Amino acid sequence: MQRGSAAASPRVRRRLSTSAETPPRTAALDDLSERVAAYVSEVVAPQAAAMAAGDGDGGRGHVTELGRRGLAGLLVPADYGGAGGDHRDFAGFVEAVATECASAAVILDVHLSVATEPIVRFGSDEQKRRLLPRLARGEWIGAFALSEPGSGSDAASLQTRAEPHRGGYRLHGSKMWITNGDIADVYVVMARTGDAGARGISAFIVERTMPGVTPGRPLHKLGLRGSRTTELLLDGVAVPEANRLGAEGRGFAVAMAALDSGRIGISAQAVGIAEGALRAAAGHLRALVQVPAGGDAEWVTAATGSAALDQLGGMAASVAAARALTMHAAAMCDAGEPMTRDASIAKLYATDTAVAVAHAAVELCAPESAMDIHPASTRLRDAKACQIYEGTNQVQRLVIARELLRD
Amino acid sequence: MDVRLNEEQLMIQQTVRELARDKIGPRAAEIDETAEFPWDVVELFRKHDIFALPFPPEYGGLSGSALTLNVAIEEIAKVCATSALILAVQALGGYPIMLAGSDEQKARWLPDLASGRKLAAYALTEPGAGSDPAAMQTRAVRQGDEYVINGSKIWITDGGVADSIVVFARTDPNAKTRGISAFVIDAKNSPGFTASTIHGKLGIRGSNTAELHFDDVRVPVENRIGAEGEGFKIALRVLDRSRPGVAAQALGIAQGALDYAVGYAKERKQFGKAIAEFQGIQFMLADMEAQTAAARAVVYHASELIDRHSPDVAHHAAICKLIAGDAAMKVTTDAVQVLGGYGYVREYPVERMMRDAKITQIYEGTNQIQRVVIARHLLKD
Repeated sequence: MQRGSAAASPRVRRRLSTSAETPPRTAALDDLSERVAAYVSEVVAPQAAAMAAGDGDGGRGHVTELGRRGLAGLLVPADYGGAGGDHRDFAGFVEAVATECASAAVILDVHLSVATEPIVRFGSDEQKRRLLPRLARGEWIGAFALSEPGSGSDAASLQTRAEPHRGGYRLHGSKMWITNGDIADVYVVMARTGDAGARGISAFIVERTMPGVTPGRPLHKLGLRGSRTTELLLDGVAVPEANRLGAEGRGFAVAMAALDSGRIGISAQAVGIAEGALRAAAGHLRALVQVPAGGDAEWVTAATGSAALDQLGGMAASVAAARALTMHAAAMCDAGEPMTRDASIAKLYATDTAVAVAHAAVELCAPESAMDIHPASTRLRDAKACQIYEGTNQVQRLVIARELLRD
Repeated sequence: MDVRLNEEQLMIQQTVRELARDKIGPRAAEIDETAEFPWDVVELFRKHDIFALPFPPEYGGLSGSALTLNVAIEEIAKVCATSALILAVQALGGYPIMLAGSDEQKARWLPDLASGRKLAAYALTEPGAGSDPAAMQTRAVRQGDEYVINGSKIWITDGGVADSIVVFARTDPNAKTRGISAFVIDAKNSPGFTASTIHGKLGIRGSNTAELHFDDVRVPVENRIGAEGEGFKIALRVLDRSRPGVAAQALGIAQGALDYAVGYAKERKQFGKAIAEFQGIQFMLADMEAQTAAARAVVYHASELIDRHSPDVAHHAAICKLIAGDAAMKVTTDAVQVLGGYGYVREYPVERMMRDAKITQIYEGTNQIQRVVIARHLLKD
């Protein structure tokens, strides 16, 4: 779980927006929605209950299987072994997975976006050829390590050091809230190479097999129990210069760019969670509500005044709005237009919607929903994380307000 | 499902934005204060072909695209909700003819509506039939080549100023929703028809809202839209088109209030700095922005579904009406809060916007009805 970020500076934002490019689509994506639906029904749904209970392999099997189906590099260009999808494809995929299993969604979201995209966008050709095909085949699982025990929303204050060492670097420090922490093979790690502040930070590719890399034990979380969230200890890890991502001092920009599009993934995850909760509530009500004979008008007339249906309708409308905002942010990203504001709006709205809708679903499905494992209660627990990670919703509000007050 | 405006739509948006800002904005407070129907705005719309936006080119219109129309309604509502309603109702009164009229009927009525030479209205609601329109009592009895209409309608926007009014009346007292038919009446030339304007509204005070009375009003058979008994179906299809228009009005009201609140927060200084620098204010503004953006996303999405003739229009029309109406109410209320005491008085526009917002949760189906319509869609499967 990666949480916390300050916002990119306006200067950075402009630069990033012009460097965004839509990767070419591959023919393999023509039937993407069918392949995603098959993956969700054959792989994600059957394991959803086990994942919600915190059992399972932390999602390694999900990534492997996704790789076998050619989608573990959804956002990786075809030249580097990926599927060459765009951010609307990505959002659709994450939503579809999250509708069945929010744990699987965050595992895959992190692998596909914040762990991989920084390499796509900031990696050298050598780094791309070395790293991306393995990530895209699902042989390697990715993670993203920005937050630290003492540095969350104020990411620029991070303490992990990267000191010069034999032509490369030696990393010391501790990272926190790392989604896929103990199943990942490769981590995008932000560490300090220079002075205090955002410009003293650089980004590195750290491999699990490097001596001194030690993930902590998975944390016991409120929700998303199928995903492994750990601390990551870096104890004098020797990292060659060839594994530095981008120039020295550019690490904060790499992180912020990753989070801008990462927020699209979290928005989509939240939409999926909300959709799952909505379906649970609708399924529950369908069994209870007597549907009168006749057309829609007669039905609406007869049902008007039902508090439960009133609530259900409001939930569905919010989910539709959250989805529309998420797709809008994704489309802005694909067009290479500035999208910091749109991504933050989508993240704020979609994740608040997910919590509200899941909460309402728990109420509508009572008393069964008071159980630990129930489609509604699971989603309420899972939704809560979405308001916190990839920048708390309080940080999103500051980002939105800053953009609003800029002109 | 992402919706981007095309070049023509961006051009129309810019044109309407400037027109609204320069010509309507300065009039908005006065229109509200006097509660008089703004004929000067009607004249402005005529002169600048604004009334042509809802109608297709073959009938003298400019566009016929729901997205284009709703972008225009949004722009006008940013400065004056009353004026935006004049355009929205011109479309509303034209929809039954556009959607269910014969070619001859379209050619006969639509060009005058597109030019604005005639104003339209739409009369469905009755004193005893609001959310439940199937309970309507107004009767239309066939006599030779004519129908004789008796009854009354209420809450009819522009009912007291319109030239051409689509009236729904019962042609079969025994068939519930299938006993209703639609008629176009010539309001200026129909003995027995009277309209009395309703005064004292909370918001959209400059708009005309009337009670209509029909006392043996005779309508020729060729003024019936669609077949006998098809009226209710037509009414629902019209609502699918018109609800996104109301939602666009709500969206514009919200955006106008947000814009004003942002500008104010940057200017207003307390404790030695602009109140925009306080996080408490920033959080409010951010939530207002998110709700307005959500409203825009669903309004544009529903509009685009209309333009693509999607079968999901009814569902998304209800969604956008609910989301945008509620957003308008919340955002305008918070805008009043950002302005504090100044927000509460008429020297500043946000209290008017808050009063104007309320109706968007009520008309064209209350937001409670929208929720049930949406729930119906979910439970149907």
